[in-house]
Amino acid sequence: MAGVAVSTTINGDSVEYLCQPDETLLDVLRDRLGLTGAKEGCGTGDCGACSIILDDRLVCSCLVLGAEAEGRRVETVEGMAHGDRLHPLQQKFLEHAALQCGICTPGFLIAAKDLLAKNPDPTEEEIRFGLAGNLCRCTGYDKIVRAVQDAANVMKGA
Amino acid sequence: MNFDPRYSGRNFSSVGTRPIRPDGVDKVTGRARYGADFNMAGQLVGRVLRSPHAHAKITKIDTSKAEKLPGVKAVITAADLPDLTDGDASMYDVLDNCMARGKVLYDGHAVAAVAAVDARTARQALKLIEVYYEILPHVTDVDEAMKHAAPLINDAIFTEGLEEKPVKPSNVTKRSQFGHGDVHQGFGHADFIVERSFKTEQTHQGYIEPHACVANVSSDGTADLWVCTQGHFVYRQHCAQLLGLEASKLRVTSSEIGGGFGGKTHVWAEPVALALSRKAGRPVKLVMTREEVFRASGPTSATSIDVKIGARKDGTITAAEATLRYTSGPYAGMWAELGAMTAFACYKLDNVKTVGYEVLVNRPKTAAYRAPSAPMAAFAVESAVDELAKEIGIDPVEFRIKNAAQEGTRASYGPVYGPIGIGPTLEAAKHHPHMKAPLAKNQGRGMACGFWFNFGGQTCTDLNIGMDGTVSLAVGTVDVGGSRASLSLVAAEELGIDYSHVKAIVADTSSLGYNDMTDGSRGTFSSSMATISAARNAIKVLRDRAAQMWDIPVDDVIWENGQAIAKGEKYGNLSPLSLKEIAAQSGKTGGPIAGHSELVADGAGVSFATHICDIEVDPETGATRVLRYTVIQDAGKAVHPTYVEGQYQGGAAQGIGWALNEEYIYGKDGRLQNAGFLDYRIPVCSDLPMIDTQILEIPNPNHPYGVRGVGETSIVPPLAAIANAVSNAVGVRMTHIPMSPPRILAALEAEG
Repeated sequence: MAGVAVSTTINGDSVEYLCQPDETLLDVLRDRLGLTGAKEGCGTGDCGACSIILDDRLVCSCLVLGAEAEGRRVETVEGMAHGDRLHPLQQKFLEHAALQCGICTPGFLIAAKDLLAKNPDPTEEEIRFGLAGNLCRCTGYDKIVRAVQDAANVMKGA
Repeated sequence: MNFDPRYSGRNFSSVGTRPIRPDGVDKVTGRARYGADFNMAGQLVGRVLRSPHAHAKITKIDTSKAEKLPGVKAVITAADLPDLTDGDASMYDVLDNCMARGKVLYDGHAVAAVAAVDARTARQALKLIEVYYEILPHVTDVDEAMKHAAPLINDAIFTEGLEEKPVKPSNVTKRSQFGHGDVHQGFGHADFIVERSFKTEQTHQGYIEPHACVANVSSDGTADLWVCTQGHFVYRQHCAQLLGLEASKLRVTSSEIGGGFGGKTHVWAEPVALALSRKAGRPVKLVMTREEVFRASGPTSATSIDVKIGARKDGTITAAEATLRYTSGPYAGMWAELGAMTAFACYKLDNVKTVGYEVLVNRPKTAAYRAPSAPMAAFAVESAVDELAKEIGIDPVEFRIKNAAQEGTRASYGPVYGPIGIGPTLEAAKHHPHMKAPLAKNQGRGMACGFWFNFGGQTCTDLNIGMDGTVSLAVGTVDVGGSRASLSLVAAEELGIDYSHVKAIVADTSSLGYNDMTDGSRGTFSSSMATISAARNAIKVLRDRAAQMWDIPVDDVIWENGQAIAKGEKYGNLSPLSLKEIAAQSGKTGGPIAGHSELVADGAGVSFATHICDIEVDPETGATRVLRYTVIQDAGKAVHPTYVEGQYQGGAAQGIGWALNEEYIYGKDGRLQNAGFLDYRIPVCSDLPMIDTQILEIPNPNHPYGVRGVGETSIVPPLAAIANAVSNAVGVRMTHIPMSPPRILAALEAEG
């Protein structure tokens, strides 16, 4: 099958790749570009471990084709920190121990970043519903919600 | 290693603090490498063909078309995994589960596998494999499987544990019994007796990371395996045995693990990936899909349990009895046995009897799931305990306090308890503000207790001190939720240095001696014991080197606060030597400084918890919402309290999912109907409230700091705590888990 040539922007960098027409953006990120921060937990859009931001919209990259990234902006967990300076969400996830195994963490960080971009001062309930598309099996979500609350406070003050 | 009472009065400097975990930054930046994040040059993609039938004879497998497909490099069936188990029945079951041999035993059972140049070719190849089946009658329900007319899953099974060997085969592999006293007499002294039957459905551990590995077998008999596992040393042994490799030539590296909860303690795909790699002569990466994870990897048992408890008017339990039937999938297990052991472990009983039956069904092979078998037994027993308290007219917390096991109590499963936490967790619950919070209409409060044994096991640890005075700690227990942080704290505590100067890693199987897997809540318990021992061995070396540097007898050198001190007035002019100063001179005083430890971590202290929850039932829909949740559990000594809290919260959340939503749903055809996260719904963020925790510290007498395992007990009480809360909210006793909306509605309607 002939490959599709795609030009896109990933974490601010121009990127070009060839992919198969039926290949997901998640597979492109992981297998072709070596960006393995997004994880495949289900492949059906139910777990949110592959969350990315596509043109300011939170999506499951397992439900997007690689070819659909043409001319668009892709943000992944690898783009959250600036050099060795962590994003406040990353820092607060560490301080609050909002991760145990950590497999869901990249997806939660991206979903939380999207949430705070749209709602900088969310209530606990808004955080809980805002992150309801991401599954975590380790933490019971308590420390994740607290980390997001704390990060929101820090980011408001910044 | 015994508890050192000097520690109980001591102010720990590192243990008990809450630093950031050493693997944290990699995990928040996407750099941490999990099972599927690793690749090798020239690697192929492995895929497994699975049975669509619950029970069938394989009459023929034709792989010729698949083999001819361009890009396919290997196709294997059971014929490529010859039986090398040498009469080891449980290993034979593992082999049969990895690749069906003559018969498929459940929907999802592997029958063949391919390795191809890419995923698309591998998928196409699977479609070209022709498998001919002769369908056999199947059974998936635990009670149906025990009936005489039930389809037989294995006609070589004759129930073990009966007084007389049965003449006919059956689906019951084993009967086990525990207890003491005379229950018949005990019930005779009871003023009130409650007798109930319960059922619980099968659940999955639900780790977010599917099983994944990369296998590379060379023609010289050496091999490498990268895999997400809770026990890479155990995987090495099992894979080596099944593949006919020498264990020392198979190096297994455990990746970061994206959740396990007991489900990553068994090999499934790994021997298949190794066999594919051996045949293809190239590395093979094999990653399960989510559907495969549900259909073919480790669910827990479905159960059917009868409980009978009797008590006097004053609230003293006079007798307790339970019969527990647990599915083990199509292979023998010891799940009912664990249920029978744990069922009444919280109580001080003169007359107690539990009987367990292991039952074969056409479902996937049961795997451990966090405190395996205990949640179902606790659901039945703690529900009946609440009912009995109601009949007597006594507060359920007081009733449990009155009957709680204590130090010196003979446990219902045999041993006599040392210092334990059941009484203290109940007292803490009684005085917790949660107990007095107001409740509205359709809301109810429930509580329940839970027990887990905890495990120690074989453990090996290396501690190496670098010339700059920093410490590398190599452990062999896989870090499932922050143990590298807690073990670094322990090393820092023993050596008297700062946490930031210790770096802990999980070593591969070629770099460290054998370790049992991270199960039984043993990770921090056993590896901290080995770390303490290794650090103390290193301190012996440090003292010796300081003695050399000072040219004084080693017996005059003591180790205190991270430095060597010359003891006695005669050395008044010698200033202490820090670990860093001694390490800097190590090249001149005898070479590298290290401490090693190999031990069996005996004496894991048993663990108890009491949970309190408030729920609200919507009488229109039957949906139940958890409003408030409190976990009180004994940790012995919390090494990193934040991660201890995390274990309490995570276990409670899993228990809440089990109680309210999660279940395997099989069709009449024996096929799993909800093999995905959309239809097998685990709790999401908006389903849960904050989960409050209270850590109690009743030192474990068998650990130097008093540490107990903390990982599992928290999943034991929620099923009953929520059932008791539902009963208090809307007056129906739910006896079937999960308490999904249709079941609650049906119960409400039946109540009228």
